[in-house]
Amino acid sequence: MAEMTVDLVSVERKIWTGQATFVLARTTVGEIGVLPGHEPTLAQLEDAGVVRIDTTDGQSLTVAVHGGFLSVTPDHVSILAEFAELSEEIDVNRARAALDRADESDPEGAAARARAEARLKAAGAQ
Amino acid sequence: MAAQIRVLRRRIRSTQSIKKITRAMELIATSRIAKARARVEQSRPYAELMTSVLSELASNAALDHPLLVERPEAKRAAVLVVTSDRGQAGGYNANVLKETEQLRSLLREQGKEPVLYVIGRKGVNYYRFRRQPVQASWTGFSEQPEYVHAAEVARTLVNAFMVGSDGEIDEDGVKGVDELHLVYTQFRNMVSQTPQARRMAPMEVEYVGGESALDATSETATGGATGVTPADVREQSSGPKALYEFEPDADALFDALLPKYIGARLFAALLDSAASESANRQRAMKAATDNANELIRTLTLEANQARQAQITQEISEIVGGADALVSSGSES
Repeated sequence: MAEMTVDLVSVERKIWTGQATFVLARTTVGEIGVLPGHEPTLAQLEDAGVVRIDTTDGQSLTVAVHGGFLSVTPDHVSILAEFAELSEEIDVNRARAALDRADESDPEGAAARARAEARLKAAGAQ
Repeated sequence: MAAQIRVLRRRIRSTQSIKKITRAMELIATSRIAKARARVEQSRPYAELMTSVLSELASNAALDHPLLVERPEAKRAAVLVVTSDRGQAGGYNANVLKETEQLRSLLREQGKEPVLYVIGRKGVNYYRFRRQPVQASWTGFSEQPEYVHAAEVARTLVNAFMVGSDGEIDEDGVKGVDELHLVYTQFRNMVSQTPQARRMAPMEVEYVGGESALDATSETATGGATGVTPADVREQSSGPKALYEFEPDADALFDALLPKYIGARLFAALLDSAASESANRQRAMKAATDNANELIRTLTLEANQARQAQITQEISEIVGGADALVSSGSES
């Protein structure tokens, strides 16, 4: 089966790297699914979004990605994120608290709310 | 005599407890250097990817983003100084503040008004004592910076930059800036850390072999780079080109990426400064511990001498007294 290398990198550290068969992400203009052999693409991801990576061993990773970019070549996918959290690393209670705290009225609060929602979605708690 | 010994013993005791403190600080600083270095390593993949993506974009997008364009009549220039929150770090803060003063006078000569932005309590105190206005300051993370901190600082600075010196940042009538400069301490190795002044924006675009590459160095820089060196960029951009599809278009991507690039570079500078701070502190505390050891040694010698002199005196007093008794006894 065709496969590609996926690098998930945040500013502070490399979060995950490995072989995958499929990557699903939501860019600012729409959803994008990447299979091995995809044409070279650079895309800006939704400011607070969820990325799904299907690894070669049949598992599916869900990641909350904030401020991310996607760089695709036929055999390589790089996800650059300001912040990224794997679903199992996400603290659901903290994300809930952040969601409750977020104040919708100002843009900062709306962004914080979107981030918290993305984290909950990635953790499968919403 | 006895009083002298007591004073000496007291000084030995207090020197010993100071030594314990400096020794502990030395050990903590040593472990922090290693941690900061490891984090610099960990942040490298992002910086490298960012650079390759940017150089890819640079050859496809119009290079007219405000962060790239030199402003002909720059009036105000932001100077961001990275200092530490705590002292006991040798010449660390003094050096970086000296470099800042040089940069500020250079900017003034060029007819630009320097605007101070300060990271670290020591820098804040320095300028408060001298009654120099500081536009904004951040404290509390100099030893262990996180990306959130860098992102917040970068957002403030990029905002001020985008507004420009003619516009106002907020309702208070605070004006923006036309240039962003950064003064931080570069970690060369365990024994050498040098303060560096460099320009973050506008970035310079260099054309290498027909390909454009982002060059983030500046005329105020004296060498070295944070995380990504211009050489890296050139290397990347000279590689074989794939034809990329852009989503959204290349210009919009460029607009979104550049501020993040500044944030990542600032984060790298903060990590470098943190490593330098710890290295300086480790060295200063090692010197202090060594001095304490030396002091304890001399004081112990002195105390022993004094004790010996006291014993000798007591013996001679006893012998003298006995002699006197014997001679008076033989006469009677």
